[in-house]
Amino acid sequence: MEILVCVKRVPDTAENEIEINRDGSDIERDDLVYSVNEWDNYAVEEAIQIVDKVGGAVTVVSLGDEESEEVVRREMAMGAHNGILVTDDVFAGSDGKGIAAILKAVVEKGTYDLILTGAQADDGAGQIGGMLAAMLDMPYASVVNSIEVLNDSQLKVGREIEGGNQEMNEIALPCVLSIQTGINEPRYVGIRGIRKVASVDIPIWGASDLGLDPANVGESGAGVKRVDYFVPELGEGAEILEGSNEEIAEKLIDLLKAKGGIK
Amino acid sequence: MESALISPAAASIFGIPTILFSILIPVVGIAIFAFIMIRRITPLVKAAPDERFCCIGHRIFLTLKIWLAQWRQPRYMLAGIIHIFIFAGFIILGARSTQLVIQGFSENFILPGFSGIFGQIYNVLKDYAATWILIACAIAAVRRGIFKPARYVVPPRYGKDHTTEAIFVLGLISTLMISESIFEASLVAAQTQKSLHTEFPAPLSLAWAFSHMLSGFSQAALQNTHLITYFIHDLTFFFFLCFLPLGKHFHVITSIFNVFFMRVEKGNVKPVRYGISDEQLDDLDSFGVKVFEDFTWKHMLDFYSCADCGRCSDRCPATAVGRPLSPRFISIKGRDYAFKHYPLIGGNGAEAKPLIGDIYDEDEIWSCTTCGACEQECPLGIEYIDKMVDLRRGMVDEGLVPQSLQKPLGALEKRGNPWGKMERKRADWIKALAEGSSVKILEKGTVAETLYFVDSISSFDDRMQEIARCTAQILNAAEIDFGILGKAEKDSGHEARRFGEEMLYQGLRDYNTEAILNSGVQHIVTADPHAFNALKKDYTELPPVEHISQMVVRHVQSGKIRLKAVEDPTKIYVYHDACYLGRHNNVYDDPRQAIDSIKGIKRVEMTGNCRDRSFCCGGGGLMLFYEPEEEQRMGVLRVEMAQQSGAHVIVTACPFCLVNIEDAIKVSGLEGQMEVLDLTELIAQHLIPEDRRQNTDGRRQRSGDR
Repeated sequence: MEILVCVKRVPDTAENEIEINRDGSDIERDDLVYSVNEWDNYAVEEAIQIVDKVGGAVTVVSLGDEESEEVVRREMAMGAHNGILVTDDVFAGSDGKGIAAILKAVVEKGTYDLILTGAQADDGAGQIGGMLAAMLDMPYASVVNSIEVLNDSQLKVGREIEGGNQEMNEIALPCVLSIQTGINEPRYVGIRGIRKVASVDIPIWGASDLGLDPANVGESGAGVKRVDYFVPELGEGAEILEGSNEEIAEKLIDLLKAKGGIK
Repeated sequence: MESALISPAAASIFGIPTILFSILIPVVGIAIFAFIMIRRITPLVKAAPDERFCCIGHRIFLTLKIWLAQWRQPRYMLAGIIHIFIFAGFIILGARSTQLVIQGFSENFILPGFSGIFGQIYNVLKDYAATWILIACAIAAVRRGIFKPARYVVPPRYGKDHTTEAIFVLGLISTLMISESIFEASLVAAQTQKSLHTEFPAPLSLAWAFSHMLSGFSQAALQNTHLITYFIHDLTFFFFLCFLPLGKHFHVITSIFNVFFMRVEKGNVKPVRYGISDEQLDDLDSFGVKVFEDFTWKHMLDFYSCADCGRCSDRCPATAVGRPLSPRFISIKGRDYAFKHYPLIGGNGAEAKPLIGDIYDEDEIWSCTTCGACEQECPLGIEYIDKMVDLRRGMVDEGLVPQSLQKPLGALEKRGNPWGKMERKRADWIKALAEGSSVKILEKGTVAETLYFVDSISSFDDRMQEIARCTAQILNAAEIDFGILGKAEKDSGHEARRFGEEMLYQGLRDYNTEAILNSGVQHIVTADPHAFNALKKDYTELPPVEHISQMVVRHVQSGKIRLKAVEDPTKIYVYHDACYLGRHNNVYDDPRQAIDSIKGIKRVEMTGNCRDRSFCCGGGGLMLFYEPEEEQRMGVLRVEMAQQSGAHVIVTACPFCLVNIEDAIKVSGLEGQMEVLDLTELIAQHLIPEDRRQNTDGRRQRSGDR
């Protein structure tokens, strides 16, 4: 099975203290460290496991700036067979539809039976999987938490439903799935693994390689534009506890007791 | 000498000369033994290289101490004493048995040097040796078979009970002793009956007792007894020899080698592969131990040498809290694997299968805190830490790392600390320094003589920052020109290495080494034993490293650090030895001396569980992040031990011990009854500040006058 996994390089929320920049257009990026979007990492692990079982190859593609090459390599160190970096200045400022359009062009440049995305990204809107499927005219399942290959043309996928329920579906290939965390246990990628793929060639594709008209992507093609970015002010009844972890815990217990939440 | 009985070399039975048997038995016995040994050595030849020929002098010393003098045996008193008697008896009777075997075809053979006075003394000694071995075997059999000490129990998941083998071997040894003694006694009885010259067995020995019992037998019966017991002895002897390499009694043969090749240094970790430099590591196809043949030959010899005595697991904190690890079975399963895949008959090696998922589990291998209690205890010099690290290297290479460890490893890579805190906040702890205390940051041309290497936990953890601040206060009091690296310091990588992420460790090591050398310091001090061990044992090229406890003792002696009398003299203190300070670095006395230099302080010991028998608090570094399957926390057991010693205050000298024990006190609901302090906190609390020394002295003077 030929599988394409779309991965994104995002600021690592676990290892950063996110602050808004001065003009309120974005977060402060100077001191950030980045990693593969967590959901995408689960998607790559799942793709590798499927290929280990039924054969084929896993290709990872990342759309972003040149730094995104780092996450493509990391996923290749994990076991993806091929990597593609899609980067072009004209892509900057793309909205969700623009990104989906670029990824559609990537999908059409190859032959894939299965396309995986993360269910969402740390800094995203959770919209690419669905849009991409629609543009490709392929069936789509979101928040997938289990995949079983039934045969060459069909998968059985589980979906997580709000409230802890589970749904099972059969889906025809080729299709697009957006992957939920917890579907597997992604393997560790050590420094040694990354070093081993350090010199592997990763093709870099721009708008012209993908036959895209710059007018339809990037800022010029975007129908959605970000106008503001801020930490919401505390609303009525909301309170942020401060202090050391223990102090916070104690205050929380006091509050819960005071409000009758615990006895 | 005229003999009443015909010796086995001259006798015949049904017309067949018995010399035939006494030649055939040794020849066949030795041939089978040689064949078995060659099969046993096969995997060792295929094994990974190991370097065990350094410091020969020290190795000989260790062999004399741990093997010949059985130094570690009395740590378990009864079993130890029994073993010493059996061992000493074996050493003594080795000569007698050899002589006996040869006398089977060379009637008057006597080992060179055994003819004169030495021989006479030897004969007395060997009579007693056989006697005490038989007594020791009887006690051992009763202990093993009736009292059944808990340490020998085999949990169901590890297979069948080993008691039968143990009792069988005790039976074999007893048979040897009895047959040898009767063989001798029958001759003595016959000689006495005929009033011929005889050397009497040592009084009250086994042979002596038998000679009395046989005194009434006829010459013919004595002749038969003499021959039969000879061949019982001969057969048992060679059966035993060939039986040894088939089970846990292999140690009778391998122990001398295993002890000779044992770990000579402590606290260190073996390189990924001996003979491969750090620069060549990228060329290796695989890292660590994945299949059996990836173990080094010494580690395979360890498996062969395990006597199944259970001391390692008895002292293992992971076993004690019900984690899925028992060092004893790391060895037993390794040995069983070797026996199964390198059988005596049939193909060698078979297909190499990954050990993880076969004989070992992921969680089993992650359960080890590398505290070193097992290695400290093993009377045979078996190693575990390097095996754990090698197996982890293999798992890391295969991506088999639990999710709970992946985050901190990733953070170490990106941020240089396992919490993923911002590099620039590494020196934030100095913002709340005690009054009169100051800390230099060695950057932009600022220099100092001594570097205080803080390491991650004391830099970032709210509670542990107090250790850093107290350390700074002590260094200030001792008037030491010191500084910290600030954001230029990264985690020492001590646990990254011990958790198998060698390349991550090497990156951190290279980075820190450069930062330290660039700072131009001449000494390093740290309050974190894990950093202490890393800088001392893992890093090279660095200036000398000291733990803060050593520095405190030095400066108390020099008079620079002056301590007031203890505030509350009713409190009883107990010192908990940190693994990486005590067992791995032999720093036992300095922290105790530092505590005792506070006047009026009452300190007790957790007798039986202190110094090199300290019990791990739960592990440091990445172990704080690992989520083990366990029935309870190691720290909880440790707090119980401290409570039993009668102490109210546990003093640690390691930030990880402090975290674990503090949590354990809360978990046990002992808040208010038990407390825990770091040594630096205790010392800082009792410092007499420089500017008040005069006053205090004055006050003392006055009160002295009164």
